[in-house]
Amino acid sequence: MTTGRFGPFGGQYIPETLMNEIHRLEAAYNHYKADPDFQAELKDLLDNYANRPSLLYYAGKMTEDLGGAKIYLKREDLNHTGAHKINNALGQCLLAKKMGKTRVIAETGAGQHGVATATAAAFLGLECEVFMGEEDTIRQALNVYRMELLGAKVHAVTSGSRVLKDAVNEAMREWVSRVSDTHYVIGSAMGPHPFPTMVRDFQAVISEEARKQILEREGKLPAAVLACVGGGSNAIGMFYHFIPDTGVRLIGSEAAGRGIDTLEHAATIAKGKVGIFHGMKSIFCQNDDGQIDQVYSISAGLDYPGIGPEHAYLHDIGRAEYVPVKDDEAVAAFEYLARTEGIICAIESAHAVYTAMQVAPQLSKDDSIIVCLSGRGDKDVAAIARYRGRDIHE
Amino acid sequence: MSNIKNAFAGGKAFIGFLTAGDPTLEKSREYILTMEKAGADLVEIGIPFSDPIAEGPVIQEADLRALAGHTTVEDVFRLVEAVRQTSQIPLVFLTYLNPVYHYGAEAFFARCEKAGLDGIIIPDMPLEERDECAGAAKRHGVDIISMIAPTSHDRIADIARVGEGFLYVVSSLGVTGTRDTINTDLKGIIDTVRSVTDVPAAVGFGINTPEQAEKIAAVADGVIVGSAIVKLIAKYGTEAAGPIYDYVKAMKEAALRGGK
Repeated sequence: MTTGRFGPFGGQYIPETLMNEIHRLEAAYNHYKADPDFQAELKDLLDNYANRPSLLYYAGKMTEDLGGAKIYLKREDLNHTGAHKINNALGQCLLAKKMGKTRVIAETGAGQHGVATATAAAFLGLECEVFMGEEDTIRQALNVYRMELLGAKVHAVTSGSRVLKDAVNEAMREWVSRVSDTHYVIGSAMGPHPFPTMVRDFQAVISEEARKQILEREGKLPAAVLACVGGGSNAIGMFYHFIPDTGVRLIGSEAAGRGIDTLEHAATIAKGKVGIFHGMKSIFCQNDDGQIDQVYSISAGLDYPGIGPEHAYLHDIGRAEYVPVKDDEAVAAFEYLARTEGIICAIESAHAVYTAMQVAPQLSKDDSIIVCLSGRGDKDVAAIARYRGRDIHE
Repeated sequence: MSNIKNAFAGGKAFIGFLTAGDPTLEKSREYILTMEKAGADLVEIGIPFSDPIAEGPVIQEADLRALAGHTTVEDVFRLVEAVRQTSQIPLVFLTYLNPVYHYGAEAFFARCEKAGLDGIIIPDMPLEERDECAGAAKRHGVDIISMIAPTSHDRIADIARVGEGFLYVVSSLGVTGTRDTINTDLKGIIDTVRSVTDVPAAVGFGINTPEQAEKIAAVADGVIVGSAIVKLIAKYGTEAAGPIYDYVKAMKEAALRGGK
């Protein structure tokens, strides 16, 4: 059995063609992880290019309106490119460059990871190609053009259900075809080892900052931290430094689409089973024959049939809770946050905001909770308008 | 030792592939027997999968067609049993790991044994993850066919040492599908294999013409052809037996020429 496991989850279930490359990546990552120069260079990029540390914002209006625990928002939406994805994209692109790679490829769902990778690649002088399900190129047309402006080539993937899962398939096929000069920048805490660990480490800056910030503001740890979960990169980043703080509840919101009792959802923990796919052993939505389900969510970024292996493990040992949030609930939270706080968040993040709206009133006024606002919502405005029956031109 | 050694007993082997249930299970049975009649020494049966990440467009589409026809894993076992009523040709599965894991490795390989399957190829189960299946496969006499890639280098000997049935040498980088040229140093790979094991080595990925088959057979013990046969099935549907027969016969003859 390979290393890089979280309990039974994780591993390296990939074609032989990639095994030497994944070992090289693992060795390079372990080397640079311990290299103070690399870490200083990355920190400089994060602070002076990506606008870190991100704000821990006290959502006073929301808190007052809902009653109960004080609600803080970790404002990853204020990062350069508008989402947490830049933390990982800068880390991996810098690593790729150190490894001598000249080209990066990436998959993207909502387009945020594609934009972040295209940005990091432009800045660091790497060639960039992004694979995006054709369905998502329509849902997120704005982000397609952003990537092109940044010099990336976007491939609309027409296989399968034409969403995130299919974009990952196609990016893997591309990587197998051209591995020597190319690094695959996986956008979530998923895939074969070392990706789940590496992506988590690059995203852990979220909880590293948030933990310090909340202690400064409140003088004690929060009662809960919340994040939305697709593959789970912003969630693992938000959870990571709170994992040893057993008094802090870790709550992930997964996309329940039209409801977990319908066939149209992406609620992996609620409805999935243990399986092996996309390089990892984890939990996947699949049918009785082990075929991977075509999942659904209004949110292109959560529209994925699996979850990162560390989340599967945190669920397994009972350390983290995962709750399903439906499209209509996420849209309601999206609109609520806009009206109460004047913040238009990503529809992905709105899933976590909805859960926060349920959790906060159950807690005491002396408590606090932190919601990871993983991205901003400009990209979603047209889709939400359509959801509400208004057709607007982007 | 499984039945697979018989595939390599008569000189250079020709190994054909099809996706079970494309276009129908009954036709899959007929086409396997057609390949045998035309000289194929072993047939690889693809269990259709929703997300075949090692396959190019031709086999991806065959998988989709088979799944659209509601082909199940149990159907594929029944296909093996149907072939076994009249033929002892060595048969191996090509499947991704999830359907096996979902079925349960022990139950899956017990069912393989009952059906009369000889081996299994799992593209997303590299050497390091072999334990997912190795114990159950051994208990039920199913060979795990390991893959060796152009990028395997220092891993070739380790993979070859645990080789069973035959070794599947991947001719080129990338996914399955026909190619005009193959630039990998196949002789170098096969020499390394031969230095540690006498398990036969067959080459696949990209091979589609008799000229390629002849060249490959000059260095390897067998030639594997998938996409080119699946293309014939896509083109001729339920009427593909004639074209498959002619194609496989020409390829087998080319392989034998390469061995001389």
